[in-house]
Amino acid sequence: MAEAGREIAALIEQVARLPGLGPRSARRLVLFLLKRRGQTMLPLAQALERVARGARDCAVCGNISGAEVCDICTDPRRATGEICVVADVADLWALERGGTFRGRYHVLGGLLSALDAVGPEELRLPALAARVADDGITEVILALDATVDGQTTAHYIAEALEGTGARVTSLAQGVPIGGELDYLDDGTITAALRARRALD
Amino acid sequence: MEWRAQALLIAVRPHGETAAIAEVFTEAHGRHAGVVRGGAGRRMAPLLQPGAELDVTWRARLEGQIGTFAVEPVRGRAGAVMGDRAALAGLSAVCALLAHVLPDRAPHPRLWAASRTLLDALEGVPDWPAAYLRWELGLLDEMGYGLDLSRCAVTGTRSGLAFVSPRTGRAVSAAGAGDWADRLLPLPPCLLGLAEARGEQLLTGLALTGYFLERHFAPEGAAPLPPARDRLVAALARRVRASSPPPAGSVPGA
Repeated sequence: MAEAGREIAALIEQVARLPGLGPRSARRLVLFLLKRRGQTMLPLAQALERVARGARDCAVCGNISGAEVCDICTDPRRATGEICVVADVADLWALERGGTFRGRYHVLGGLLSALDAVGPEELRLPALAARVADDGITEVILALDATVDGQTTAHYIAEALEGTGARVTSLAQGVPIGGELDYLDDGTITAALRARRALD
Repeated sequence: MEWRAQALLIAVRPHGETAAIAEVFTEAHGRHAGVVRGGAGRRMAPLLQPGAELDVTWRARLEGQIGTFAVEPVRGRAGAVMGDRAALAGLSAVCALLAHVLPDRAPHPRLWAASRTLLDALEGVPDWPAAYLRWELGLLDEMGYGLDLSRCAVTGTRSGLAFVSPRTGRAVSAAGAGDWADRLLPLPPCLLGLAEARGEQLLTGLALTGYFLERHFAPEGAAPLPPARDRLVAALARRVRASSPPPAGSVPGA
């Protein structure tokens, strides 16, 4: 019993390290799982183990998947000649949730950072240049954060891809859907004004 | 402990899940860090972009603690320069260099005013690269490593100054340099007020200030200068190359 107590304490400690959780919420979560060992805890443990053993970075785009090359990269319908460049897998998932983009992705694995000395060599930039050169890419869409680091990275990539023949575009910046002008920061309002368009 | 000041945001890092540690530069308190609660959240993060001007109130129980900042945005600058590669690189370089070289909590009011003016200039003053070069000279001066470009270190003359000694940071005239000229750093006339800081002169000036910034703030074995400065120099060099007329006799497009 003492052994089980130590194991549970160790589990609580592990869970408390997850984002959004502290020791108190970890205790509640573990207790919840312990009360539903059969229906929830074991399937969860098995799923965690399966994913932990099987997940890998896609060799082409850097997405996380269960195979050497992810489903998006192997789907022939997505060979549209467009690559959407994102900083992180979370951004790729966000774009996929939107369901609008039907091309392929390239995950950089971060952004150039002035402070943290993250340089081009830390990102998957050579792989992007190689894909643009070899895969008949006609448009590279830079879907990077509207932050100083994000836009610095965007400019760097645009410069690096000059001369490849691919059109380099970036996401628009401006008023979010459902946004009220009164609550927007002045940078967003400036960007929105600059990107204004005629109403047909 | 509590104070309130107008501040330039020079760096921000996430702290935990929703907070951020902001480094600001103020007139009276110099470079100062503090925790911003909710600084990494959806509402605050867009306001906490480097270069932003903030009204900050710092509170701590003891002077030596990191303390917390209550932040009111005064004006953002990043949004206005994001579309301009060189200006964005300029904003990053100013903030990153300040974060790199400034000692903690030591006031530098002249540098604060100059930094604020320069950040304003990035938003549309066409000649801002010249202002940036002057700012770097001022940064060296303010940190105690100013270049002495007033007279030749060898002959004492005030005319014909063409080089700077990499060891002392003092100007040397062409006549005074003699056989040592190839060991000295070129001094562009723009740094003497004899020409405008444009084109190759601007780049030579940045190479000169870069040499001394690296020597004093990134010696061997220490952290290198922020890469943001290299990116700015590369962006300006690219701009100079693009605006230079092709050499005489060259065929356009060849």
